[in-house]
Amino acid sequence: MDLIEVEGMRVAGSRADLVLGPGEAVLGGGTWLFSEPQPGLRGLVDLTGLGWDPVVAREDGGLSIAATCTLAQARDAAGRFGTAAAVVEACVDALLGSWKIHNIATVGGNICLALPAGPMTSLAGGLGATAVVWTPAAEGTDGGERRIPVADFVTGVRSTVLRPGEVLRAVEFPAPPAWVSHRRASLAPLGRSAALVLARRDGDGFTLTVTASTASPRVFAFAHVPEAAELAAAIAGCDWYDDAHGAADWRRAMTLRFAEELRAEARAVEAQP
Amino acid sequence: MRLEVDGQPLDAEARPGQVLRTLLRENGVFAVKKGCDAGDCGACSVLLDGTPVHSCLVPAHRAEGRTVTTAAGLGTPEHPHPVQRAFADAGAFQCGFCTAGFVVTASALDRAPHQDLDHALKGNLCRCTGYRSIRDAVAGTVNVDGDALGASVAPPAAMRVVTGHEEYTLDTTTTGLLHLAVLGSPHPSARIRSIDTTAAAALPGVVAVLTHADSPATLFSTGRHQNRADDPDDTLVLDPVIRFHGQRVAAVVAESVAAAERALSSIVVDYEVLPAVFDPLVAREPGAHLVHGDKHPETSRIDAPERNTVAELHAERGDTAAAIEKADAVVTGTWTTARVTHAALETHATRGWLDADGRLVLRTSSQVPYLVRDEIAHIFGRSRDTARVFTKRVGGGFGGKQELLTEDIVALAVLATGRPVQYEFTRADEFQRAPLRHPMRVSVTAAGTADGILTALHVDQLMDTGAYGNHGRGVMFHSVHESVAVYRCANVRIDAQSVYTNNPPSGAFRGYGLGQVIFAVESAIDELARKLGIDPIEFRRRNVVRPGDPIRTIEEEPPTDIAYDGDHGAGQVLDLVASALAATSDTVEEGWLLGEGTALAMIATIPPRGHFADAVVRRLADGFFEVEVGTAEFGNGSTTVHAQLAADALGTTPDRIRIRQSDTDVAGHDTGAYGSTGVVVAGRAVHQAATALAADPTLTEARGHSDGASRSVAFNAHGFRVAVHPATGEVRILKSVQAADAGTVLNPEQLRGQIEGGTAQAIGSALYEEVLVEEGVVTTSTFRNYRVPKIGDIPPTEVLFAETHDPLGPLGAKSMSEAPYNPVAPALANAIRDALGVRPYSLPISRDRVWRLALGGSD
Repeated sequence: MDLIEVEGMRVAGSRADLVLGPGEAVLGGGTWLFSEPQPGLRGLVDLTGLGWDPVVAREDGGLSIAATCTLAQARDAAGRFGTAAAVVEACVDALLGSWKIHNIATVGGNICLALPAGPMTSLAGGLGATAVVWTPAAEGTDGGERRIPVADFVTGVRSTVLRPGEVLRAVEFPAPPAWVSHRRASLAPLGRSAALVLARRDGDGFTLTVTASTASPRVFAFAHVPEAAELAAAIAGCDWYDDAHGAADWRRAMTLRFAEELRAEARAVEAQP
Repeated sequence: MRLEVDGQPLDAEARPGQVLRTLLRENGVFAVKKGCDAGDCGACSVLLDGTPVHSCLVPAHRAEGRTVTTAAGLGTPEHPHPVQRAFADAGAFQCGFCTAGFVVTASALDRAPHQDLDHALKGNLCRCTGYRSIRDAVAGTVNVDGDALGASVAPPAAMRVVTGHEEYTLDTTTTGLLHLAVLGSPHPSARIRSIDTTAAAALPGVVAVLTHADSPATLFSTGRHQNRADDPDDTLVLDPVIRFHGQRVAAVVAESVAAAERALSSIVVDYEVLPAVFDPLVAREPGAHLVHGDKHPETSRIDAPERNTVAELHAERGDTAAAIEKADAVVTGTWTTARVTHAALETHATRGWLDADGRLVLRTSSQVPYLVRDEIAHIFGRSRDTARVFTKRVGGGFGGKQELLTEDIVALAVLATGRPVQYEFTRADEFQRAPLRHPMRVSVTAAGTADGILTALHVDQLMDTGAYGNHGRGVMFHSVHESVAVYRCANVRIDAQSVYTNNPPSGAFRGYGLGQVIFAVESAIDELARKLGIDPIEFRRRNVVRPGDPIRTIEEEPPTDIAYDGDHGAGQVLDLVASALAATSDTVEEGWLLGEGTALAMIATIPPRGHFADAVVRRLADGFFEVEVGTAEFGNGSTTVHAQLAADALGTTPDRIRIRQSDTDVAGHDTGAYGSTGVVVAGRAVHQAATALAADPTLTEARGHSDGASRSVAFNAHGFRVAVHPATGEVRILKSVQAADAGTVLNPEQLRGQIEGGTAQAIGSALYEEVLVEEGVVTTSTFRNYRVPKIGDIPPTEVLFAETHDPLGPLGAKSMSEAPYNPVAPALANAIRDALGVRPYSLPISRDRVWRLALGGSD
């Protein structure tokens, strides 16, 4: 929809253009920004003019995904995520919006939106990815950057660690895990996520990330695949999210069920010769 | 900037904050529709350099130098794209408002990451079809056929609809058009102490600011009926008393939508916040805040404003208490239903102006243009001949456009400014400002004897009509009529009450209250049959009304305007569903439970107390015929049937029939497209006129008239087989079958589409849909937070027709547009009950509720 209070639209050509004026915000894909009235928003700075390379290989075997990488581009690059390829595709598909939205919506935008059901938060949080944040320039400097795990980047519903003037530049995914799997619940087929639980193995470790059923990602890391009771006890203390996409008690039950399924799956994989 | 649109260069200036959708429409590219303006529905889909996107989300500046292809660019009615041809051949639309977006998306399916349609088309909502015909279109299945009465004739508008060339309400350019925006109340209950519009009126582009000081003093109802006394006079165009969150406080008329909307925040309102009541159980008790305590019961036609009661009924035939006492089995329970939005893809909208003669003209998205015209004349104290109301093709209705929601304020603005004015609802307005389906609380006690006879039925219904009483009487009386009258039962008691609250208004919605009460009654009947050890279908066979039986509930004397004559449609639909369920079987994986359920619904073929239609048929010089008929086309398909009926009577083919419709300047009078009357009332008038013209070659024109005075009944039965997963609450529909008693089938493909579409809409309200309201505030106001079924949510439904003939309908046809909705929710609930061993009592039967039921909790 038209954003009626927006009086300026700047297409950023360099980092210097990211210094925001009063009422200005950065524009990624725009699929959320233009989907609701935005009272108080006076100007937009279009990040897509910066021409960031959507997917860049990293020396550690991981990938750096630009904040402006579209969901469609992320899907196209799924094969480069190695063991996580299927999870990348599943998380792109987990977006309530269709492939037409994937053509515009961005990985960074989805994470910065900070909705519990945000599938890129599920993906990046669940795979242990790191958010690269550009910090604003002080007088006479270029500005710096800081890094924070994506699971900690999102702090609540529509809330992130971004401070005024900061811009999410990229999401750095580590080298693919040894094993990864996920489960998802929704009130409808192909509906919005009510619980998305992702588990991975890095060496002996077992990390379970709960999203969508909690306001922000919850990460449970174990040195080894835990026993059922240990895992359940760890998760049980979460604050369960409640909205039109599912009641809290059901989300809790689905999360616990999925966690146990994933634990059993990891055990079964471990038992394979 | 310059871009290319549908092969033509376009020079346009993109405003900051503007999206491609509005830029295209401002430049006359009307194949791009607005269904949600939020990226959820897909009606605005275009190809941007060949890639499908939702143009409502694309910042307009990004289109610079690029090519945009809309449905109109894919093909024309004469030279359609193969996908457009396929949509026409499959009959893959009803109202057609979503179709332009569907064909654009379908034309690019080879680019989709998943080829299965559940994924590939999940970004396109269709509220009408139930998606089967859309699947057929993609598969290349041809469903339309022939030009005879009884054949699946294609709608006359088919090629225009699939190519984006068909005009809907706002698909035209008006020079000097002003736009209207409404300031909604932030309080659900308040009194306006003062409004200061000075600052708003002084803003650039603002032409007028309207408040209650400008409002006519005439009370009316947004709900429209043939007889205006059917609804309480409790509404003003602008009222200083606020009764629901979002109610109009003021309106700004300005040179652009943005200028009008921006000015709203400059209106200074001083509110006196009043007590409020949100629970209908509380609202009817002494001491509750009185929502319309200022109204006179007789002049406003409100049963008891001092008890927040719009209407109530407490009556009994026979002795239910004694029958319950003597029964071998008794079932009692309380069922509840949710608020549901119609989700017609075209939102309410009106464009109004003064014509050369000074007449007020309103081009609107309405099911009832004549009734709107009459009421506008009433409100503004004008004679009817000083106003003209018409519709173009209407983008869906489902009862939601049997209301006067935008026309009155546009009329006020046109009369105040003398200029053309448009008011277009947003999708959020549809959730927050347009009436929703009445939520009901229905207690049922059903009693029977060991020989399988239903001996007592007591229905106690309470409905929340919200802040205004539009349809609050009619829905109440209808809800407890055919839902109960469907069974021969010696002892019937009905208690029903329609109460005001400070919640958003409720209104007419497909089935007009029957669906809510049938959910309860058919659940109770199912449970009673189980208790008696009788198959539920067999129990219904024994107790359902039979031809010749009176159609009544509590009346001692059988009503004379409604009869069940001719074939036993009820028996046939029950048999058809029972056979279809028995003909197949399913198995399920471990952890899943199988269940089957059925339900029966009856509906009167025409609303009571008169439904009128005039028609004119005339010969044209070129061998064609012109039909004038007042009823509106909003996906009901009645226009197709009118062409078939006229052609049949005149011995010609439907392509030689030109139809002028839904305009107060044609035909005479038409009550309108509600109560499923497009065929049985308006169609009858058309057929009568055409028959008269055919009978006398010397005539150049003939007239027909239908009054709907004599009414019949129609039946629908639905059967489901489901698999239920208790551990997660997931319900999978393995088989869905509906049998319909539609009398003579005039257009099988269209009829099938009505039944599939009604089934899909009802699956939505049975499993997924609920408008959530907290302390009077709607918290679900977008499609992403409110699940209108997508293509993957709707299973195929086997559609079976009873072989019946209605002595009253045109050539034996019965109405069949609302009816298919009604048996679906209880049939699903009964199937889930069968699988789980626990009965659902609340709609929607969502996964979280099923999971809770399986654990032994309550839903």
